[in-house]
Amino acid sequence: MPKMNMVQAINLALKEEMERDPDVVLLGEDVGKNGGVFRITEGLHSLFGAERVMDTPLAESGLVGAAIGMAVYGLKPVAEIQFMGFIYPAVDQIFSHAARIRSRSRGRFTCPLVIRTPYGVGIKSPELHSESSEALFCHMPGIKVVVPSSPFAAKGLLTSAIRDPDPVLFLESTRLYRLVKEEVPEGEYTLPLGKARVVQEGKEITVIAWGSMLHKALQAVDGYDAEVIDPMTLRPFDEETILSSVKKTGRVVIIQEAPKTGGFGAELSATIAEDAMLHLKGPVLRVAGCDAALPLARLEDAYMPSVERMRRAFDGIMKY
Amino acid sequence: MTPLTRHDILLMMPEKTIESIAVRRLDILDEQGNADISLLSPLSAEEIRKMYASLVLARTFDQRALHLQREGRIGTYASILGQEAAQVGSAFALGKSDWVFPSFRETGVYLTMGYPPHQLFQYWGGDERGMVSPQGLNIFPISIPVGTHIPHAVGAAMAAKYRKDPIAVAAYFGDGGTSKGDFHEGFTMAGVFKSPVVFLCQNNQWAISVPRERQTAAKTLAQKAYAYGFEGIQVDGNDIFAVYKACRDAFGKARSGGGPTFIECVTYRMSHHTTADDATRYRQESEVEAWKERDPLLRLKRYMEKQGLWTEQYRQETEEGAKRTVDGAVRTAEALPPPHPEEMILSTYAELTPRQAKEIEDF
Ligand SMILES: Cc1ncc(C[n+]2csc(CCOP(=O)(O)OP(=O)(O)O)c2C)c(N)n1
Ligand SMILES: [Mg+2]
Repeated sequence: MPKMNMVQAINLALKEEMERDPDVVLLGEDVGKNGGVFRITEGLHSLFGAERVMDTPLAESGLVGAAIGMAVYGLKPVAEIQFMGFIYPAVDQIFSHAARIRSRSRGRFTCPLVIRTPYGVGIKSPELHSESSEALFCHMPGIKVVVPSSPFAAKGLLTSAIRDPDPVLFLESTRLYRLVKEEVPEGEYTLPLGKARVVQEGKEITVIAWGSMLHKALQAVDGYDAEVIDPMTLRPFDEETILSSVKKTGRVVIIQEAPKTGGFGAELSATIAEDAMLHLKGPVLRVAGCDAALPLARLEDAYMPSVERMRRAFDGIMKY
Repeated sequence: MTPLTRHDILLMMPEKTIESIAVRRLDILDEQGNADISLLSPLSAEEIRKMYASLVLARTFDQRALHLQREGRIGTYASILGQEAAQVGSAFALGKSDWVFPSFRETGVYLTMGYPPHQLFQYWGGDERGMVSPQGLNIFPISIPVGTHIPHAVGAAMAAKYRKDPIAVAAYFGDGGTSKGDFHEGFTMAGVFKSPVVFLCQNNQWAISVPRERQTAAKTLAQKAYAYGFEGIQVDGNDIFAVYKACRDAFGKARSGGGPTFIECVTYRMSHHTTADDATRYRQESEVEAWKERDPLLRLKRYMEKQGLWTEQYRQETEEGAKRTVDGAVRTAEALPPPHPEEMILSTYAELTPRQAKEIEDF
């Protein structure tokens, strides 16, 4: 089985889905000849042509809006937003339309759209190139939010996202793009949306982390008897896997790159409090980015949840 | 077919042209350095020497920034190579009280306005303190999101008009920026409120890998202004005299209540989009070669030679002066103490939130 990084795995998922289904089309800024600024769509323009791999003008609201129109018409568009910080101009399209078309038409029209976008700290780049604003999108009924943390997961999840009948936001950690290589099967396989993965079993602490934070968390748990869970889909998230782990360990640390206030960790924490309160030995803890605008490169490390801060939380919860 | 009645004939209405637009294009200085003196702005020899020195400073800074990036001493950087005349020429026309809303590729504007060069290195080195404009310099921080700052410039211009301040506001953006919804909304507002704003587009032919003709099916960018009810003009953006004249006229019009103007400066991005880009993947080297003859510095130099404003001593002093300034700026930037993590939290609101106060304790 070939070893691939996440860039190659995502590229392969797109290629295979385009081969399988002529309704799958790609659009975005620089996705054509240039193959995308991270080379995710490399080679697809020459393979499938400019009608299926569309370089759009610099217009996020326009390109997401057009993708919605395509999806409603019956295509399966996969739109790329160059960086998550530039999805904000398209938020009106996503929140006011993509998320609601099924409901507005009571199912007469649907929006099987995928929006892929690189997110998170990782490449020491200018402002707004490192956002992790997943919580904003998780808040919106009608949208699914998927965050793969490995090449294998990325391919299986993206394939499912493309086939999903509803709009999916697919977040790709820039830090992970080329960090890990693993065996990824060529040919079809899918991972279901809404299912978490127990990455490592343990008995004393449940650690929940997604995207690039999962890799840091796996370093941090060394020496602790921790069960590590990667939700993979944040909305809808796998309550069952998380709650059963919490019921076993009684201790929870949630790790997120995004600022603490109103982050997705808050949703997990509230769910655990509602449904597993009596199994908890201590408070549900969060290790998060600072409550500040994401800084430029020089302060990135100070902003990010560090292994040391994670361990402080583990030590804290182990006192209970 | 039913025969026409007398009534039908009376109702025939020939189609009329109710609006037609003519888009002006301004060129003053040709590639050989010959100028149309009927169009030339009254610039003293001293001012022309200063213009050239500003071009050299911009280029020297730019080349150094590219070096520093390669050595890992600053982060991703967007080169202005080839666009110096559009930037220096427009900034030369700005007054002390005017306001500027830049995009990320305006190094030449910053330097010409007197922005401390070490702060630009600091910014591209990943330190927000580099964007703290010195008092008295009305230059807004760089907008990394393309085009979304256009309405801010319009709003600032509306505020100036409200206060009866006789100033102009300049908004800088690229050809790609003209595709954004905010371009449309900002232009709409500017036209309706007749705001004292000048929109300066550097059409450098590329938005990363997307060529100008794939950005809009319109023949020129300048013509877009007419749909919003104000004038658009195209200028040769590598001709510093044309840029300067168009800007001076437009700023003057804005300051005196004449409303907005859109200036399309036709230029070329000689470098990669940024240091993170590889332009050989999507454009022909021959295209870049062809633009070398239109180099904005070369053109002004040829003019100065013809006018007897050029001496070997002047060249040497100018180049050495720019190098000294840039060397000093690098030294200053690199000698600054690193930013303290507290800063990012302290600058979120005027006052710390209780949660933030706790975060600071935890550092
Ligand atoms: C809203 C937004 N979308 C995408 C990007 C990523 N991006 C940065 S520069 C750029 C191209 C800009 O082209 P243009 O406006 O012509 O300016 P130039 O880079 O040529 O100076 C893109 C797509 C961004 N910064 N902001
Ligand atoms: Mg451009």
